[in-house]
Amino acid sequence: MTAEPITNSIQFLLNGQPASIENAGTQTTLLDVLRDYGLTGAKEGCAEGECGACMVLDVAAREGGCRYQAINSCLMLAPMAGGREIYTVEALAENGELAEAQRAMAAAGGSQCGYCTPGFVVSLFAEQYRPERTGSCDPHALAGNLCRCTGYRPIGDAARSLGAPPPGYFRDRLSQPPQPLLNFNYQSDGQQFERPTTLARCLSIAAEDPQVRWIAGATDLGVESNLRFRRWPHLVSLEAVPDLREFSDTAEYVGIGGALPLTDIALQWQNAPGIFGQWLPLFASPPLRNSATLGGNLATASPIGDGAPMLLALDASVRLTSARAARTIPLTSFFTGYRHSVLEPGELIVAIEIPKPLPAYSRFYKVAKRRMDDISTVAAGFAADLDLNGRVTRARFAFGGVAATPLRIYAAEEAILGERWNKATIKRVQSALENALNPIGDHRGSAEYRREIANSLIEKFCWEYQEAAA
Amino acid sequence: MKIAGRPEPHESARDHVTGSALYTDDLCRRFPGLLHAWPVCAPHAYAAVKALDFSEALKQPGVVTVLTGADAPGEADSGSNRRDEPLFPTEVMFHGQPVAWVLGESLEAARRGAELARAEYGPLAPILTIEEAIEAGSFLSGPIKMSRGDVSVIERSALRFSGELFIGGQEHFYLETQCAIAWLDESGGIAIQSSTQHPTETQEVVARALGVSRNQVTVECLRMGGAFGGKEVQANAFAAIAALGAWKIRRPVRVRLTRALDMALTGKRHPFLARYHAGFREDGRIEGVAISLYSDGGWSLDLSEPVMSRALFHVDNAYLLRAVELKGYICRTHKTSQTAFRGFGGPQGMVVIEEILDQAARRLGLCPEIVRERNFYREGDTTHYGQMVKDAGRIETIWSRLKESSDFGARRAEIAASNAQTIHTKRGLAITPVKFGISFTATFFNQAEALVLIYRDGSVQVNHGGTEMGQGLYTKIRQIAAECLGVPLTSVRMMPARTDKLPNTSATAASAGTDLNGAAVLDACTLIKDRLTPVAAAILGCEAGKVCFCDGEVFQQGSELQAISFAKLCEHAYRQRVPLVAQGFYRTPGIHYNPATASGKPFHYFVYGAAVSEVEVDAFTGDFRLLRADILEDAGDSISPLIDRGQIEGGFVQGAGWLTIEELLWDSQGRLATAGASTYKVPSWCDVPEIFNVDFLERAADPDVIFGSKAVGEPPLMLAISVREAIRDAIAAFGSGGPVELQSPATPERIFFAIRRAREQQQVASAVTGVVHR
Repeated sequence: MTAEPITNSIQFLLNGQPASIENAGTQTTLLDVLRDYGLTGAKEGCAEGECGACMVLDVAAREGGCRYQAINSCLMLAPMAGGREIYTVEALAENGELAEAQRAMAAAGGSQCGYCTPGFVVSLFAEQYRPERTGSCDPHALAGNLCRCTGYRPIGDAARSLGAPPPGYFRDRLSQPPQPLLNFNYQSDGQQFERPTTLARCLSIAAEDPQVRWIAGATDLGVESNLRFRRWPHLVSLEAVPDLREFSDTAEYVGIGGALPLTDIALQWQNAPGIFGQWLPLFASPPLRNSATLGGNLATASPIGDGAPMLLALDASVRLTSARAARTIPLTSFFTGYRHSVLEPGELIVAIEIPKPLPAYSRFYKVAKRRMDDISTVAAGFAADLDLNGRVTRARFAFGGVAATPLRIYAAEEAILGERWNKATIKRVQSALENALNPIGDHRGSAEYRREIANSLIEKFCWEYQEAAA
Repeated sequence: MKIAGRPEPHESARDHVTGSALYTDDLCRRFPGLLHAWPVCAPHAYAAVKALDFSEALKQPGVVTVLTGADAPGEADSGSNRRDEPLFPTEVMFHGQPVAWVLGESLEAARRGAELARAEYGPLAPILTIEEAIEAGSFLSGPIKMSRGDVSVIERSALRFSGELFIGGQEHFYLETQCAIAWLDESGGIAIQSSTQHPTETQEVVARALGVSRNQVTVECLRMGGAFGGKEVQANAFAAIAALGAWKIRRPVRVRLTRALDMALTGKRHPFLARYHAGFREDGRIEGVAISLYSDGGWSLDLSEPVMSRALFHVDNAYLLRAVELKGYICRTHKTSQTAFRGFGGPQGMVVIEEILDQAARRLGLCPEIVRERNFYREGDTTHYGQMVKDAGRIETIWSRLKESSDFGARRAEIAASNAQTIHTKRGLAITPVKFGISFTATFFNQAEALVLIYRDGSVQVNHGGTEMGQGLYTKIRQIAAECLGVPLTSVRMMPARTDKLPNTSATAASAGTDLNGAAVLDACTLIKDRLTPVAAAILGCEAGKVCFCDGEVFQQGSELQAISFAKLCEHAYRQRVPLVAQGFYRTPGIHYNPATASGKPFHYFVYGAAVSEVEVDAFTGDFRLLRADILEDAGDSISPLIDRGQIEGGFVQGAGWLTIEELLWDSQGRLATAGASTYKVPSWCDVPEIFNVDFLERAADPDVIFGSKAVGEPPLMLAISVREAIRDAIAAFGSGGPVELQSPATPERIFFAIRRAREQQQVASAVTGVVHR
């Protein structure tokens, strides 16, 4: 396949009408584009996907139609919007009649200063129109929005007051799939953004230009771009590559495409183990989950990286490929140092593979200042299997935030193998941890706290295991 | 139904939910040729600026100019109470302080230009903590003193102890960051759209920087996306930069801080250190307290003096302190200049006395709530600054009603029983009161003007000096105007605050926005109504005293069917050459304060309230959950109950954030380590109590305040002290009695280690006297 002709124009559907943006910088955000366009309902509150004031709706494909997903427009680079269908808060009232989400928010007293309100309305609208939803709207869908004033109680009441979406344009729209994302090759001011539709094309671009920077959900890269002003001359987006967005659940393993957004994983992974269900809401807010991918999370090689301890506890491997070769390596060998991994230039995480059988009991823990939507002080993924006599036949203890990379601590696992949980064996596990932990102290927590928490979480795991068994 | 007192959604609710409510930065597209500004930030907390070189920056495409001190025709200093905030400093006083501003055709160009600026600094040794400042004698002001009685009584008390409490600050995190757009107006003056709580002071700072008289400067604030005190004075510097840029380049200039810049550059709630010595009777009654408060003022004075004063005014909270000696020192550190934040020092002062009471209770083996109620003010008591505590009986009334409605006693027992069964989690329960003084303590600020315009079609425009930041001021004032004029709410349009409509206005602050501006608007509306009444009486053929104005109709009492429309009446009045415009004015009566003697009546009245909080803490992690909160608040006769309830709930949650998860940390270089939404966590969805009951005290009208209402902006924040005390109560349940040390904020880490200490500690003497050191 040859390269798509280069364009300097971003075409997309905006509030149901074709829109065309010329010469926007490749790292200009969709938010800035919308505001320049005159749609100032979406606002910048933090520029890092935490506050949700910039929320817009992206039309995503699903079986038999589409769904509206709330996304942070501050993290979507303008060219990523090319070929998409985007709705902003300005479009939600039909013929001057407020959408139910808008009416409920206003009537409940859900707006005070009003700056966060459009973002809340968009999230609530997406929740009301979520095809899988039954009953009233779940306020947890608003976990990606901050209200500093802080009116969560009336906002929650507004959410709970909404039932099925009313008839009208937006409900009708749900039965039609969105246009598929096409090949896109965009250039502006000497910077390039490409969005191929095949894995082969991705790899060949990278083979020609080793400076290529992959981009998937942009939930991390967008922060680097906005806050640290990092600029990349050549971005290659993986959003439109079907090979990277597959999900498979076989007798031997579960395979998760490296560029499959977390929301899609959650929708597709029936019977996911407990650890995944616990991890998902703690990992990120709904709008971030709509964009963020596991491949992206692992590739950043963050020492915390929440995804890593969860996947380490599930004994995951990563399937990597480049123009030169493909390889599969255990996740335990993936991280080589602080924010470093084995990934070579031009190499991609195609999929994450989780072997079966899945552990009988697994837990994810996240200790942070704020319980939801915070970065972990310590994250932990634990899994264990017991025989009929209560002896541990398999144990996995993985941590983030206690060393330069996420860790699985084999010595601790061996210490409990073949043993029953009791005070003495817990102590043994904890002393095995001791040597492996090398936490630092920072604004999230002191080194001492991290060390203590790691030990304490082992006890908590054991305690909860026994509670669950009883 | 009366309009005032009716639950109404926010005046802009429809615009909020549709995204059409405009904030300052939403206006950018209206200014062709708009330039964008980015600061050149110093990478030191304390340093001399030795040289600045912008030659490379100016070569950057899109960079238009660099603003420096040389571009200021006047005095470029945004200092509020003291000229100590140069906009272009020769000495860097905090990490990230702007030394120049790059203006570019785009924000990207300006930012790139700023990165290419070359600056040379001579770093100096910064002072970064309160302790270091005390050690070095680095004070911006103080001591501010207040006292009553003889504190030597402490030494003769049955229980005496000393302690030290650190109370962390708080980032405002208004969702809308600081923003201003300045342009040259049509007649050679300068106009500014600014997200400011105090347009008049913004005007003053801009005029001073430009070296022009104030009548050349017009400042308008459409509305703010939150402010919480953070835009009381700190908006001024950024408006001045925009104005200086527009003045120099003759093009409109926008200054909008990103979140990271806003957090790095603007002031916060003051961190405080309290050192106290206290004496108690065995029954828990306070004999005397001596308290020294040290606030971290940051690099400049800002509002730190009145903040400290308010802390000292509120160290009593709801308790009678017969013998008290207070000293307040404002430390100068090389950090952002700490500033106003909802409560304005009051919260820090109140946390200290609640700390002391809890410490005493656990030393005496008494329930903290018993010790609290034994010390309440009673009717007839005066404060330590000599003000009669008006309606002091409400403290007790609220307390007992709330204990009953929240089922406090039964829950205490149930929690104790449950805690006896659990090992790794414990629940805690606490009730704390609030008494908060209303009025600016600088008496002259307690005035307001209004301008009400009625058009011949009966439509009304209301202007006043107050700004809307989400507190619902415009909603309430619209209700006041509609109520007074007897017109529907839809007839009343609230105009944004502008300095060319009303001069010399006060900041919208101190919870007094409605009290002051509402009364001024009522005054203006009454003036016009008094002029319209005889006109109506003549038309209706009745006595003036019988004319009724209601819902857009004017009629003789009892003859609603022979009504004329308000619009028709206005047309008649116009034709009879009756003016349909009026200026209103209000000054708070009877307040005075003498700082030299630290006595007087600084407050018009007190707002009362109380809250019960229940939490559960997890010993494995130190994590906690707020299970339930019950609040009873004295809002007088609420003008707008939906708005007031929003203020109460919001203030409580914001206060809980301050006391628990919101932690400001600076690194060893003086750089704010928590300068972003990913490192500084404000409460989110999961931090709201799972059960949240809010009630208003009934039959609570205050006849001295507009429509019998009471202020509601700040007081509820301090209800959150109950959350901190409930956490402490839960921690205590892991131990076997005795005091629980807990610095603020109560982060999971602090809770974790406090539980560990509680578990390790042996029974500490019950009612033994003696000094306990931290």
